[in-house]
Amino acid sequence: MRKFSLLDHNSVPKHEIMQEDEVRSVLGNYQIEKEQLPKLKESDPVTKELGAEVGDVVKITRISQTAGESLYYRLVIE
Amino acid sequence: MDTKIPSIPKRIGAIKFGLISPREFRKMSVTAVITADTYDDDGYPIDMGLMDLRLGVIDPGLKCKTCSGRAGECPGHFGHIELVAPVIHVGFNKMIRKTLRAICPKCSRLTLDPAKKAGYLEQLAKLKEMGHLPDSLINDVFKEAAKAKTCPYCNDADGKPRKKTVIKFEKPVEYIEDGEKLTPTEIRDRFENIPDEDVRVFGMDPENARPEWMILTVLPVPPVTVRPSITLESGQRSEDDLTHKLVDIIRINQRFQENREAGAPQLIIEDLWELLQYHVTTFFDNEVSGVPPARHRSGRPLKTLSQRLKGKEGRFRGSLSGKRVNFSARTVVSPDPNLSINEVGVPLQIAKQMTIPVRIIERNVDLMRMYVNRGRANHPGANYVIREDGRRIKVTDLNHEELAEKIEPGWTVERQLIDGDIVLFNRQPSLHKMSIMAHQIKVLPNKTFRLNPCVCPPYNADFDGDEMNMHVLQTEESRAEAKILMQVQENILSPRFGGPIIGGIHDHISGMFLLTRNENFISKNGALELLRKADIRELPEPAGHTDDGEPYWNGKQIFSQIVPRGLELEFPAKVCFQCETCKKGDCENDAYVVIKDGELIKGTIDENAIGAFKGLVLDKVVKEYGTTIGAKFIDDVTRLAIRGVMRTGLSFGIADEDVPNEAKIEIFDTLVKAEEEVHDLIKAYEAKELEALPGRTLAETIEMLIMQKLGKARDNAGQIAGNHLGLENSAVIMAKSGARGSMLNLTQMAACVGQQAVRGERIRRGYSQRTLPHFKKGDLAADAHGFVKASYKSGLNPTEYFFHAIGGREGLVDTAVRTSQSGYLQRRLVNALQDLEVQYDGSVRETRGVVVQFKYGEDGIDSTKSDYSKPEAVHRIVRAVTGKEVE
Repeated sequence: MRKFSLLDHNSVPKHEIMQEDEVRSVLGNYQIEKEQLPKLKESDPVTKELGAEVGDVVKITRISQTAGESLYYRLVIE
Repeated sequence: MDTKIPSIPKRIGAIKFGLISPREFRKMSVTAVITADTYDDDGYPIDMGLMDLRLGVIDPGLKCKTCSGRAGECPGHFGHIELVAPVIHVGFNKMIRKTLRAICPKCSRLTLDPAKKAGYLEQLAKLKEMGHLPDSLINDVFKEAAKAKTCPYCNDADGKPRKKTVIKFEKPVEYIEDGEKLTPTEIRDRFENIPDEDVRVFGMDPENARPEWMILTVLPVPPVTVRPSITLESGQRSEDDLTHKLVDIIRINQRFQENREAGAPQLIIEDLWELLQYHVTTFFDNEVSGVPPARHRSGRPLKTLSQRLKGKEGRFRGSLSGKRVNFSARTVVSPDPNLSINEVGVPLQIAKQMTIPVRIIERNVDLMRMYVNRGRANHPGANYVIREDGRRIKVTDLNHEELAEKIEPGWTVERQLIDGDIVLFNRQPSLHKMSIMAHQIKVLPNKTFRLNPCVCPPYNADFDGDEMNMHVLQTEESRAEAKILMQVQENILSPRFGGPIIGGIHDHISGMFLLTRNENFISKNGALELLRKADIRELPEPAGHTDDGEPYWNGKQIFSQIVPRGLELEFPAKVCFQCETCKKGDCENDAYVVIKDGELIKGTIDENAIGAFKGLVLDKVVKEYGTTIGAKFIDDVTRLAIRGVMRTGLSFGIADEDVPNEAKIEIFDTLVKAEEEVHDLIKAYEAKELEALPGRTLAETIEMLIMQKLGKARDNAGQIAGNHLGLENSAVIMAKSGARGSMLNLTQMAACVGQQAVRGERIRRGYSQRTLPHFKKGDLAADAHGFVKASYKSGLNPTEYFFHAIGGREGLVDTAVRTSQSGYLQRRLVNALQDLEVQYDGSVRETRGVVVQFKYGEDGIDSTKSDYSKPEAVHRIVRAVTGKEVE
């Protein structure tokens, strides 16, 4: 039986783990440190589903009412 | 010991709570206080008296003997009084009582067996680790220990476990054990004997809080700076209430000591002890129940320590959380449509009181000299001048001429308010940024603040007695900032919905509607009269000539005069009938507004054009021409509208609710028919012929169907009444143009009030199976469940009236509950969000720089600057530039 994936759900936006250089460019863009990103708990179901580890940055692509599509970045923490 | 308080600010690492020990009292004390006297005959503080120079100084010119600071520099230092006998601290009564009951009277050990003690200690440690409050657990400890009948640790003379005594507490500070009063000394002795490990089970840390410290043996004397004496005009010194209280304590303490040393009888000693206890008690709290409050010679109760902190005017709510400001004024507001929206009318009395400091330079010295010369009684004058050395000199009737001579560059003049000064204007509750806006002053006679009725919506003000506050800005920078950011015209568009929050209300809308609908024949005089206040010097080409050859204009032309040139706009008006296919410019109801090059070609101006919240013309003018022209447009529109409504006149009376007889019959028939249909429904229901709607029971279905039927009947009745009232009825004009009221209000006045509901259902409460004894049990008919057939005009019958009162009460309760709840919700939301800031890169961050939104609102758009980003906006620009439609 195929396991149901959280990410397939209609209401869950697209999550992906970002590459190191991609993270660096985002941080550079906003001139911030990693710690100044919004957080995502390690215990969060989405984190587990993605297999993200503490210190990873997750990129979230959301459908936005105002902007069509919007990007959001979260740092995985303990 | 270094008692000098360093002036370098320090970071607070931790806060320790505990009881303060007598040792610590003595350690922090700079002197023992032994004499009750304050000053000697020369007015010099007595050594070891209550005003001892080591306790700090308040008189200018003297130096503190502890820190050698002068008055103002010296923070004050504590002293102490050695109490001859221990007394109970009132604040700890509850704890003392609990502790007394929990320990053995003889061996002072906590009356729990060792295993239980260990268990409690473990639980306490666990709670501490989790960061939870241990209060309830500690209560359990006391409760269980108090339950014990015998002490598990010691035996009485017979070798049996010692029985515990019952300790009764009597207000205010007496503990009775087996009919005998426990003296504070005895209590203290018992507490002293409690072993440290038992104290820990109480949840106390014996290092920082030993139970015996709840009984005072040393009383700290607060610094002089805490209880400053004031010198009355007569030169007499008047001491602070706390000082009075301390004098009492020292006196009794001395008498007590003398009596005891003289070997006075026990009775006298006890009396004195009680008196000392009374004074110490009231020193802490003068409102303890069971203790007569200590009074001043005048009979006024003394304000002692606890009274200083407690309550609305106390230190916490009154001084620390409460903010009071200077340069502010408050009075009732009233309307003045002739003021600009940027202005506020300020009463002359207020303008004379309030000042703006102006630094004298070479360029304004003559002007300032004029102000000073006019004095303070002669508006616009000056109230104070400040010399170069910072001395403030009051301008009086006697010295104004002399001062005017003296002033020179470098001085500062506090001049009175004049027209054009920028002030902040505010109405509570300040829920959004438009609750505080900057206005320009207009000094006016009479005693109220005057404001343009257009700015009522952002302040949510009306004129039924509302008061508003004004704050006068004191620096050039603040005035500039306020003018650029906070002036009313900068807030016409609300960031909440990107539309105008300031605009025409009530009469402005009906006035514009009356002026711009159909063909108004306006003579030259009429046209000039209408445009009088609008800086229009030339009339356009007349719309035509009457048979006499007199030129006439129509209302649309008049309105066009105040619309900025070049404005292009099309939209349906409020009066739009929402036909299936919109004929746009060819609308036969004149309900489609077309503005070309600032000229109103078609349509009627109503709420959708100039109303606050909805005005599309306003919106466009502000966005396209800027706030200054926007503000002028609002000023012009409102003045024109008021002239417009005065031209035709608009009044409403009880006769305007009259409907002709045939309409009454028609309405009656409609309602009767509806009642019959309801009756049929009920019959079908009772015969079980009715089919239930999906997901509903049969009873719910019939209720729903009845509600629907009656709702429709009410609407139909309203339609009939509306048709017969006609479009010329002033209430209809107001409802259709959006000025005030709705067609539903009219229906209720003229045709039928309709169903009264409680929680969205027909009224069911009352007697068993019926609402009132006027109806049969189980009657489901319309009138038995709160359908009001009558109109307000015709009058309600008693049962209808009662149902109406039920429905009305629900509405009142609802609003009362909703406002308090939503207010609290709003507060919490604002508190959580208040530090968020949109950065220059468009991200939203909080104070630490942590990003909350990567782009404000996900699209980074300021709603007040956006034009809804519809393709229409681009089309319009293309049209305006090329003159051609976009395909």
